[in-house]
Amino acid sequence: MPVLDQTSAPIYEALERFRSMRVVPFDVPGHKRGRGNPELTRLLGETCVSMDVNSMKPLDNLCHPVSVIRDAEKLAADAFGAAHAFLMVGGTTSAVQSMVLSAVKGGEKIILPRNVHRSVMGAMVLCGAVPVYVNPECDDRLGIPLGMKVSEVERAICENPDAKAVLVNNPTYYGICSDLKAIVELAHAHGMLCLADEAHGTHFYFHEDLPMSAMEAGADMAAVSMHKSGGSLTQSSLLLTGPNMSPGHVRQIINLTQTTSASYLLLSSLDIARRNLALRGREEFGRVMQMADYARKEINDIGGYYAFSKELINGDSVYDFDITKLSVNTLNIGLAGIEVYDLLRDEYDIQIEFGDLGNILAYLSIGDRPREIERLVSSLSEVRRRFGKNSSAGLMKQEYIEPEVVVSPQKAFYAPKESLPLKNTVGRVCSEFVMCYPPGIPILTPGERITQDIIAYILYAKEKGCSMTGPEDPDITCLNVLDLKED
Amino acid sequence: MELWFREAHTPNVKLSIRVDKQLYSGQSEFQRIDVFDSQEFGRFLTLDGYMMLTEKDEFIYHEMMVHIPMAVHPNVKDVLVIGGGDGGVVRELCRYPEIEHIDLVEIDPQVVEVCRRYLPFTTCSLDDPRVCIHYEDGLRYVRTPVEQYDLIIVDSTDPFGPGEGLFTREFYGNCSKALRSDGIMVNQHESPFYQEDAIACQRAHKRIVESFPLAKVYQAHIPSYPSGHWLFGFASKKYHPLRDLDEVRWNARKLSCKYYTTMLHKGAFYIPAYVEELLKNVESAD
Repeated sequence: MPVLDQTSAPIYEALERFRSMRVVPFDVPGHKRGRGNPELTRLLGETCVSMDVNSMKPLDNLCHPVSVIRDAEKLAADAFGAAHAFLMVGGTTSAVQSMVLSAVKGGEKIILPRNVHRSVMGAMVLCGAVPVYVNPECDDRLGIPLGMKVSEVERAICENPDAKAVLVNNPTYYGICSDLKAIVELAHAHGMLCLADEAHGTHFYFHEDLPMSAMEAGADMAAVSMHKSGGSLTQSSLLLTGPNMSPGHVRQIINLTQTTSASYLLLSSLDIARRNLALRGREEFGRVMQMADYARKEINDIGGYYAFSKELINGDSVYDFDITKLSVNTLNIGLAGIEVYDLLRDEYDIQIEFGDLGNILAYLSIGDRPREIERLVSSLSEVRRRFGKNSSAGLMKQEYIEPEVVVSPQKAFYAPKESLPLKNTVGRVCSEFVMCYPPGIPILTPGERITQDIIAYILYAKEKGCSMTGPEDPDITCLNVLDLKED
Repeated sequence: MELWFREAHTPNVKLSIRVDKQLYSGQSEFQRIDVFDSQEFGRFLTLDGYMMLTEKDEFIYHEMMVHIPMAVHPNVKDVLVIGGGDGGVVRELCRYPEIEHIDLVEIDPQVVEVCRRYLPFTTCSLDDPRVCIHYEDGLRYVRTPVEQYDLIIVDSTDPFGPGEGLFTREFYGNCSKALRSDGIMVNQHESPFYQEDAIACQRAHKRIVESFPLAKVYQAHIPSYPSGHWLFGFASKKYHPLRDLDEVRWNARKLSCKYYTTMLHKGAFYIPAYVEELLKNVESAD
């Protein structure tokens, strides 16, 4: 039995062994190493389609890992300092949902910031848990939601001593971290679990100059988007658990919704990405931080733009900042973030991660090179020269609109409802999600009261060209609201 | 012994040059640099295996990049050369006494170092007191200057690899901003012949058209480049390359050239029908 250490990649190695055996496939997938779908083979390449195979003895099975997948999970757990790691193939959405479903049941409360990803709210529709929102601070200048103050979390815990868990974004999409360690201690002191959405925090595990990771802070579970900063294929992810969680229970929850035909392309990409991070992550993320710092300096030198960083840190609602996130406020060049986002794509062939009302986010990772950074900075300089306006008048800042939760997301989602024109919904209870995507943070979730401010926000975001998703009516001219007798 | 340098001009076409000996091979931070001696083309420089210049035909490229704009613009004092670490463009520029300052922006110091050692026929004017060499990404360099130059010459490598940023909208836009109100930009514009090069050529033209009020292309025959048929871009805020050509003034300078004449200047802007078609397609899009 070979020694397992971070230089090995058990799934990848098993696939290589399997390939050299030239096994004749009379099992699924039916394309049979690509032969049955030559156009697909031409597009993806022979190596790729020949690795698209099914679970079998030499390759283990994700639903019940006993050999190479178990070894790969063990190595991932070691690399991330977790008690257990689960390889996930349904995106970080599935990791987040499994995490929430493992922690709370129907009717139980979970304390969380309102700027959670839609997947968290989706999990609540599935299981019937009730959200207790902690009001995140909002930065007035930037118009972005910050982290949770420890005192606010404490207040929520004291007001809801029956809550089962606290969920924390580590970090937010914009790179902002709460004091996770203090929140973990607080939750544990009150017998609650602490869960972390680390969709944007994979790299925290691999460099000491980055904010503290969930496992280091003692959190009970963390959903880690390996495919974002970690370098694995899109849709692959990790769910990490701490020593207080039963891995068997979490596995059962995962298997409720996870495919029984897990893709080996995704699994091997997780395995190889984990090895790469364990061996070279520190050096690579050091380089990413340098590039991000350089880009921030150059962008701030253009004038008008504000590429923000650690100066936001205030010891509480901004406890730490992830400097690999290149977030830039655009309001002072007289353009909304979403407008800059569109100009970069349409005029300069540059696709960035998202633009909201006042900011853009360029995602930097281990795949970036200085020459692409130069293109981004030069394009921003040109956007300002060609399209910038002297005044930011008429631009709306994103403001935190405190939600009024009238009924649980699950109840609202399944209750009898009617469809009303957007403007006639003020005062009614929404029964569906409304989101700007990205970043995919809900503006409305099922069970929340619709207000005039919310309608104004939706109309403005639509006008500026934000892509709005969620409602049954794709144009969002109508919204589904609860029948009055349910309200 | 047979030693051949081969460059694939397309996946299905190759040019081979018999090599007498290899003089240098090195890997810089940006690219692989090689220098060879050959019977037919004399000494030649390749970057990442792509032909940059040969002793035998470099005069065509360098004369066409420099004398065309210099015969049009009446008063060039400040020049920016982007790329061109081999010094060929600077050599031609230094023949004009009225030019006061030349900024040469080359990303790769090792290219200049190797050229100085092996290609003295192109680097001979790099030490001219008017020349200032900056080792920097050209895209970054042009972000700062505003209306500072009369002429910008973009002597780039191909639109893939380290030179990619020099074929972008943001680069041409920044060049336009760095030029004075009567400034001219001349750029290496690829070949219109083979399919992939033609697409790059068309894209570059589209982006220049979007950034300058006047954008024309002109051509030359360069035997060592893919297809031999090469284009250059002439983009300007004011001067027209033919209407503002001052033949008398240029010929009075009595500069001796091996390729450029004011007669050829006029002919170079008469391009083949299929190239006109290729370029017109992106011009009318606006």
